[in-house]
Amino acid sequence: MPTKRASAAPQQLEADQVLSVRGLSIAYSTRRGPVQAVRDVSFDLRRGETLAIIGESGSGKTTLAVSLIRLSPRTAKITKGHILYRKEDETIDVASLGDSDLREFRWSECAMVFQAALNSFNPVISIWEQFLDTARAHGMMDAKHVRSRAGELLGLVNLDPERVLRAFPHELSGGMKQRVLIALSLLLKPSIIILDEPTTALDILTQRAIIDLLRRLREQLGFSMIFISHDLSLAAELADRVLTMYAGTVVERASVKDLFYRPRHPYSMGLLRAVPRVSGALGNVVSIAGSPPDLINLPGGCTYSPRCPFVIDECKLREPDLLAVDTPNHDARCIRWKHVAELVGKEEAVVAEKLGAAT
Amino acid sequence: MTASGDITVAGKPLIELVSVTREFKTPGGAIKAVDRVSLALGQSEAMCLVGESGCGKTTTGRLLAGLLRPTSGQLLFEGKDVWTTKGDELARFRRSVQLVHQDPYASLNPIRTVYQTLSAPLFRHGKARGRRAAIGAATELLQRVGLTPPADFLVKYPHQLSGGQRQRVSIARALSVDPRVIVADEAVSMVDVSIRISLLNLLLALRDEFRVTIVLITHDLAVARYFALRGRIGVMYLGRVVELGTSELVVGDPAHPYSAALVAAIPEADPTLTRSKERVELRSAEVPSLLRLPSGCTFHPRCPLFEEGLCDVQVPELLPIPDGRQVACHVAARERAPAAELLGVR
Repeated sequence: MPTKRASAAPQQLEADQVLSVRGLSIAYSTRRGPVQAVRDVSFDLRRGETLAIIGESGSGKTTLAVSLIRLSPRTAKITKGHILYRKEDETIDVASLGDSDLREFRWSECAMVFQAALNSFNPVISIWEQFLDTARAHGMMDAKHVRSRAGELLGLVNLDPERVLRAFPHELSGGMKQRVLIALSLLLKPSIIILDEPTTALDILTQRAIIDLLRRLREQLGFSMIFISHDLSLAAELADRVLTMYAGTVVERASVKDLFYRPRHPYSMGLLRAVPRVSGALGNVVSIAGSPPDLINLPGGCTYSPRCPFVIDECKLREPDLLAVDTPNHDARCIRWKHVAELVGKEEAVVAEKLGAAT
Repeated sequence: MTASGDITVAGKPLIELVSVTREFKTPGGAIKAVDRVSLALGQSEAMCLVGESGCGKTTTGRLLAGLLRPTSGQLLFEGKDVWTTKGDELARFRRSVQLVHQDPYASLNPIRTVYQTLSAPLFRHGKARGRRAAIGAATELLQRVGLTPPADFLVKYPHQLSGGQRQRVSIARALSVDPRVIVADEAVSMVDVSIRISLLNLLLALRDEFRVTIVLITHDLAVARYFALRGRIGVMYLGRVVELGTSELVVGDPAHPYSAALVAAIPEADPTLTRSKERVELRSAEVPSLLRLPSGCTFHPRCPLFEEGLCDVQVPELLPIPDGRQVACHVAARERAPAAELLGVR
């Protein structure tokens, strides 16, 4: 179906790049008309790097993540753009892969851990059978080999293989299920793991254990990680780089420290100000006024302009490009970023604290 | 009760759980979801109950709201035992204590407009007679919860509202009967991050304006800290309150080793801070089953301050410590020091 795009001559990726998404747009067809769920998204992922995609419900982050392994529902279509993946020395465009290549790409190159850990399992088969099924679907036929690999992986995620492999999904706690899914995602040694809200719905102590586990696995195995979360603190914990999404598009791309200490897009700034902390000064915590736009009826110009405290008439004329800002390797889709910079400054402190006195 | 002395009105609690236990029967046997919990709340107090899933915080909320009958112990409202009152008095209690649910997508009837949702309790409790009066009262309610202009919202159905707007409608519905106490169970957890604070501020404003007592049940300590800034936080573990005190003390310098572990484990939206936080290493990651609770202090198999012969033998009571809060820990009480200090995570 998407073969036409293959002719658009994707460029080669550099050796340390593992994934490059370029100008990706995805639309859902609905009765009310097409929904532009993802619009013109571009980012790069380096080998061993962790990228966090943050945004609220309806920002398009899950649609984007699912499309990276082409698992979007039938009603969603990639309307533009490339998903370039570097496999050994060649660059492939995931957006134009055929079915069998796609099957190989999923799991063995890029694995996904879905949000609802509880629902990702077949409830009537044991964990061992889940491992075996996944392995067989990808041509690993030797049960003995699968058994030893499963044992090794479950050990890596601090689970007792003997006990867990015999168990059925309902016999495991939420945290254990999440560990099993992470282990399962590693079965075919993928170079990228995508995690959708990996700690949402888990208890605090379990969350902490999963975060520490992901950090350790990444160091041991060297895979790249993309995770999607509405939880800013998870990005602060794990990410090297962060993308902020709003109304289907990337509004800011930055290193984790730049994003948290030196945001340049008013929406990133607003999100950071809206989250209370547990330690340190509480600062001036404020919600963002208004609500996200209707994706079928996007406001003209900058989609954030109706909620933005920095808005001027010019913002409503056209949607701004991602503009390079005052720190390297950092851009924001905002013509007013200098005003944000003036307010937030460059110091290494959280926004709510810096803007403590401001209103 | 000294900790609440400055908050309760004339030392008299408005609503109180007195050593309440609630059991549930399960196929594996009876479990105590809540075990001898005592909580006293004064008028216009803001309190948070925090804890992980299965700690009994929701059951405690439902016991406070009079939706569950205690297996033993008492629920007192204005000093009277609610479960022995009848008729008008019981009806008055029911009106006085309102629950706001977690899921604004499930708690509003999808085929009723906002007006219908708000007017039903107004008519039922005789707060409005006739359509014109009901529209007037509903308009006022919507203004109170910040859904303006109200005329736009009255005719809307839940599916036309965002999560935050729905939660505001739920709060407006709770307010329709002039409650004295609102129990909000995870009322902001399903709402987008960017607008959570405004909902918490709304609840706090209602407390200030109408002197409503608000109990917020949450798993999120940061939300609890913000909400209970001038109130108290109760930390629950396996059906018991293990620490109760001002927000500043419980979150800033936790006394119970479990609270200390929670505070240390929380990721923060600050990369440098969160990556350098001191951890509390627990002896076990496993949460015991309510069917087979450990002896003595139920936290002892996981507790880094565990002392053999003490913690696994005696159940610690929730007792006041010198700084004014209450804590259920033998070691913290004996050392007269908060666990955060004993564990070096201060």
